[in-house]
Amino acid sequence: MSEQPIHHKSASRMNDEMLSSLRPPTLRWYGLVFLLGAVVAWGLYAFTYQVMNGMYVTGLDRPVMWGVYIVNFVFWIGLSHSGTMVSAILRLSQANWRRPILRAAEAMTVFTVAVGGLFPLIHLGRNWVFFYLLPYPNQRGLWPNFRSPLLWDAMAITTYIIGSSLFLYLGMLPDLAVARDRANGWRLKLYTALAMGWRGTAREWVVYHQASTLMAALIIPVAVSVHSIVAWDFAVTVVPGWHSTIFPPYFVIGAIHSGVAAVITLMIIIRKVFHLEEYLTPLHFDNMGKLQLVITLLWSYAYFVEVQTTWYAHEPIEWEVFSFMSGKYTVALLVMLLGNSILPIIALCFKRLRRSIPAMLAITLLINVGMFIERFLIIVPSLSHKNMPFVWGTYSPSWVELSITAGAFAGFALMYTIFAKTFPMVAVSDVHEYESQKALISLGRTRVPSLVGKE
Amino acid sequence: MEKITSPYKWGMVIDLDRCTGCGACVVACQAENNVAICAKKEISEGRNMHWLRIERFWVGEYPDVRVRFLPVLCQHCHDAPCEPVCPVYASYHNPDGLNGQVYNRCVGTRYCGNNCPYAVRVFNFYDHEHAWPKPLDNQLSHDITVRSRGVMEKCSFCIQRIRRAKEDAKGEGRLIRDNEVQPACAQTCPSEALVFGNMADPASRAARLARSPRRFRLLEHLGTHPSVYYLKGGGREHV
Repeated sequence: MSEQPIHHKSASRMNDEMLSSLRPPTLRWYGLVFLLGAVVAWGLYAFTYQVMNGMYVTGLDRPVMWGVYIVNFVFWIGLSHSGTMVSAILRLSQANWRRPILRAAEAMTVFTVAVGGLFPLIHLGRNWVFFYLLPYPNQRGLWPNFRSPLLWDAMAITTYIIGSSLFLYLGMLPDLAVARDRANGWRLKLYTALAMGWRGTAREWVVYHQASTLMAALIIPVAVSVHSIVAWDFAVTVVPGWHSTIFPPYFVIGAIHSGVAAVITLMIIIRKVFHLEEYLTPLHFDNMGKLQLVITLLWSYAYFVEVQTTWYAHEPIEWEVFSFMSGKYTVALLVMLLGNSILPIIALCFKRLRRSIPAMLAITLLINVGMFIERFLIIVPSLSHKNMPFVWGTYSPSWVELSITAGAFAGFALMYTIFAKTFPMVAVSDVHEYESQKALISLGRTRVPSLVGKE
Repeated sequence: MEKITSPYKWGMVIDLDRCTGCGACVVACQAENNVAICAKKEISEGRNMHWLRIERFWVGEYPDVRVRFLPVLCQHCHDAPCEPVCPVYASYHNPDGLNGQVYNRCVGTRYCGNNCPYAVRVFNFYDHEHAWPKPLDNQLSHDITVRSRGVMEKCSFCIQRIRRAKEDAKGEGRLIRDNEVQPACAQTCPSEALVFGNMADPASRAARLARSPRRFRLLEHLGTHPSVYYLKGGGREHV
């Protein structure tokens, strides 16, 4: 058992290790933040340029009125899926190996949904009146259109960002208290305020456990509905290639696919950066790899069904869209199929590869590249070849769109970097709980582990 | 709330056997509706602003080649895909059966443009409002706005003319007579291929033509129920 050494450590030593990320930042950290900040600033510049000049600075045209911004939107909301969902499912199923990765996954959700939620606003022709989308009281008696999927999006994403932030915060409460007891200066003030006077009494723990189980159960339907609604943006239209009943479940699976991959990628990075090799062991990667394998199979099935229906029905315009997509974007399509489906299925079947950190890093990154392409191939080819052949067109993103995309990736990384330096990155109390459950207790003359159950 | 009803259901009949593809309707529309004048660059980028376009199709093999023209404007669908998707009601249905577009409510999600199967919605990618070429700004119509950048616009069946005719008729205490009002495109069409009228009045010229056996509607299978009817005789070639 690779986790054995932990047992011999004192609680405070474990706290030291797990809270090591909170030590004063190094020069390298500042360098990273500066670098990411610079990319974000460039993205902000590109956005300002777009606002000042008009949407012509993008590559959008008629008929392709949605492009990389919406690709980004779907991609980021997809990524946001797994954090909370993986964490919630694993919490409910009492999988103990989840404990060290909880926080990383939940934080990822909050930041990806924050980034994703910006894109529908970035892509508006008149960003400065975005509040028309909100149901705010006004003397003109105007109300947004509740029949529009975009409004459903606004509702769903708001719900999700609030829900997942609460989920993250709730899980972090005891850890904030641990951090508070070891902090001084501004950190002491911050943690004192955020820990809300947590003392760790038995009653507090009972309430805490009830609340976190409840939140976990509640957040799963929210997560599923959010991506269903994102899929409805496309499925409820009359655009050939979009109008498909399989989209909501397909999008949910796709979201979990990219989300699980992103969680694994982040686990690898965090493990490396904060030297948490003892807490994030190959066993965790093995388990996550199995989960990823299942999701990959599901995704492949969903994709096959979607394409197979198009092929079998052979409806002229639907088939035109598919032929255009596979003809113009052949390389992208192949990369997507290899990266999303074929390679992960083969690789994740082998225990050695699942337990190999570099292999997992490569596979998970590949999956997310594939998922980004997948979003693009869903959105752009359908719009390029709609029902009226006279106005068929093409689309390629401009530097503005690519800069904002780069800014989004950097912005996510920046938020994550700052978060990791400010808040406990490993769920300290959850790990402790598990350790104490695993500790041997006296039962008559023998000593047995207090925990009954599997790893 | 009382349901608002109207004695009018505006519609148009386009006789493709009469259309010569001269493009006068396109020009008339542009002059009437303050449609932006686009530079070559904008058009090559697929960002032209025409509310009405003439699609040209070559039919047959050389030497037996025919050309077919298909004027396409907003079909003013009764079940318009553009309307429910707009999150702010900028795209709405008015009691006369027109698809309205409220420019100052539009936030520019371009969702309506995506969902319009006829691709007749045009988006102000460029700022035309402040860059109208001189001295052409002198001929801007004062009946309607010049749309700002970042909003969607489209054919309105020259709603300003309909409004005016309604006011005139109301003053005289009657309904609008057939042929009293017509949009710029129909007024200009030299071959009278475009006929505009009140489809709710079975005696109107447009309604009578729309009952022709030659009639069809664009992309009828989508169930959008357009107000624009096309007429075309049964020949070898089809549109």
